[in-house]
Amino acid sequence: MEKLILRRVDQNNEEMILNFGPQHPSTHGVINFIVQTDGEVITRAVPDVGYLHRSLEKIGESTGWHGYMPYTDRIDYVAAMFPNEGYATAVERLTGIEVPRRAQYLRAISGELCRIASHLISVGTMAMDIGAFTPMLHGVRERETINDLIEALCGARLTYNYHRIGGVAFDLPEGWRDRTLAFLDHFDRFLVEFDRLITFNEIYIRRLANVAVIPGPMAVDYGLVGPNLRGSGVDWDVRRDLPYGAYSDFEFSIPVGQGMFGTVGDSFDRYFCRVREMGESSKIVRQALEKLPDGEIMAPKVQRNLKVEAGEALSRVESARGEMAFYVVADGTNKAYRIRARTGSFTAMGIIEPLSRGLMVADLVALIASLDVVAPEIDR
Amino acid sequence: MTTSEIHELLRARFGDDVAAPAGGPRGDQFLLVKGARLIEIARFLKETPGLQFDFCEDLTAVDWPKRNVIEVVIHLLSYPLRHSLVLKVEADRAAPVVPSLEPVWKTADWFEREVYDLFGVTFTGHPDLRRIMLPDDWVGFPLRKDYEEAGGWHGITNVRADPLVELKRLDDAARAEVARSAPPPPPPAPAAPPPPEKA
Repeated sequence: MEKLILRRVDQNNEEMILNFGPQHPSTHGVINFIVQTDGEVITRAVPDVGYLHRSLEKIGESTGWHGYMPYTDRIDYVAAMFPNEGYATAVERLTGIEVPRRAQYLRAISGELCRIASHLISVGTMAMDIGAFTPMLHGVRERETINDLIEALCGARLTYNYHRIGGVAFDLPEGWRDRTLAFLDHFDRFLVEFDRLITFNEIYIRRLANVAVIPGPMAVDYGLVGPNLRGSGVDWDVRRDLPYGAYSDFEFSIPVGQGMFGTVGDSFDRYFCRVREMGESSKIVRQALEKLPDGEIMAPKVQRNLKVEAGEALSRVESARGEMAFYVVADGTNKAYRIRARTGSFTAMGIIEPLSRGLMVADLVALIASLDVVAPEIDR
Repeated sequence: MTTSEIHELLRARFGDDVAAPAGGPRGDQFLLVKGARLIEIARFLKETPGLQFDFCEDLTAVDWPKRNVIEVVIHLLSYPLRHSLVLKVEADRAAPVVPSLEPVWKTADWFEREVYDLFGVTFTGHPDLRRIMLPDDWVGFPLRKDYEEAGGWHGITNVRADPLVELKRLDDAARAEVARSAPPPPPPAPAAPPPPEKA
């Protein structure tokens, strides 16, 4: 840790070095920031990550291809459908297993519900970090219904383990479609209510507009993905631009930061992209439920003791925190030679240090919240 | 643009420092490049119109003890042109050194720190190369294939005690307590009267 402390505090200077975290509620998990401040103004904030490193990539080299699926849940437990899907897609690319159409639709439905749930946590905790507690409760209330729906679908509320290499584990239970549609009707009204509750609240806007502006080229250079990238005005979404699964069948728009109350790429834009994305996800779920084809949910004849020919593949899926890429290397045996998860939170952390210069301490909280980092996804 | 088209362009410029596309029957093809020219090649890929790889999607490594190399794998993606490319650089396992891509793509900063941490690859020219996931005084590079755990860190053991031992101790203590506080056993019943003798 000694090395991290950048400059010895000088007697004539008011500068001090603070530990912000690792057990601080607004760091969204176990992350430490070593903050050098002069009063309220930050000179530099250095993120120190790794507290939740569980060596998930190393574990993947010993579990066997099917056995790794539950571990992928733990990569991002706030939106566990996406690492599931990313890993399954990577192995399918490498083995040439064709996923049945119905399974692709179920992946899209479960994924988009999961995205809504994840964004609800994100926007709710963001408001909470800024100082508005109530929106968090509203968000968690809606998320509870989604948890119930996903529990009915796959038996788990947090770490779903729903996907399989070659399909999904369970078909829709009876009555699930109507329950989901009823929830979405309610949810679309909820979004309007949520906007009135917090999004267009004058104080909230002033706390976020023009704070921690990330220009588009900088966002690309630092490898931001997902809503963080789109908040900076870069119009890119893996679901639309490099479609995978069933996404080419759906009509949806990609919200991009407009600089509505300030500069393009400020904290408000990132927040607002997430709020709008929830509405788009709701549209996708409706379309998918309407068009849902009949048929199998698993590819035929996926070996239990799967052996994969030597080769390597990268799969990209659009997770709630942006592009999630799984890089999988096989050497012809029944175990992976190397599994690598590239996650959105990891690269988002890298931009905090250059952005933190000159921010107020309270704005650092807004910045971290607006990047929607999830500690286990950083550390894996 | 496909990998082989990009390879043609790169070969025209860099000659044999860029190997022909290789890869398995399925999945991605990759280009193996010479480490010494990596930065030049990266800049060329980023700045040439028609290539425009503005996004360094991923940078990681794979350890191959049999061939005695560590491959550094770089995934690139172009947002405007929607094509992707995989570059690989090989480094000697004993002392892996690869030039840093941080000056070309800022996102390589943290990726390289991670590879340094878990594989022990040194990136020359990196501004702040130190461990990122593990503590600074960790010994070894866990994602190498021949890594063996040191058996603990600063007195924190990675061997868990057998929980049954403690549970059995608690059970025995509880039993002893019950036996101690139980009322003394009743006195033995008086001997049955002898059967009456036959008259």
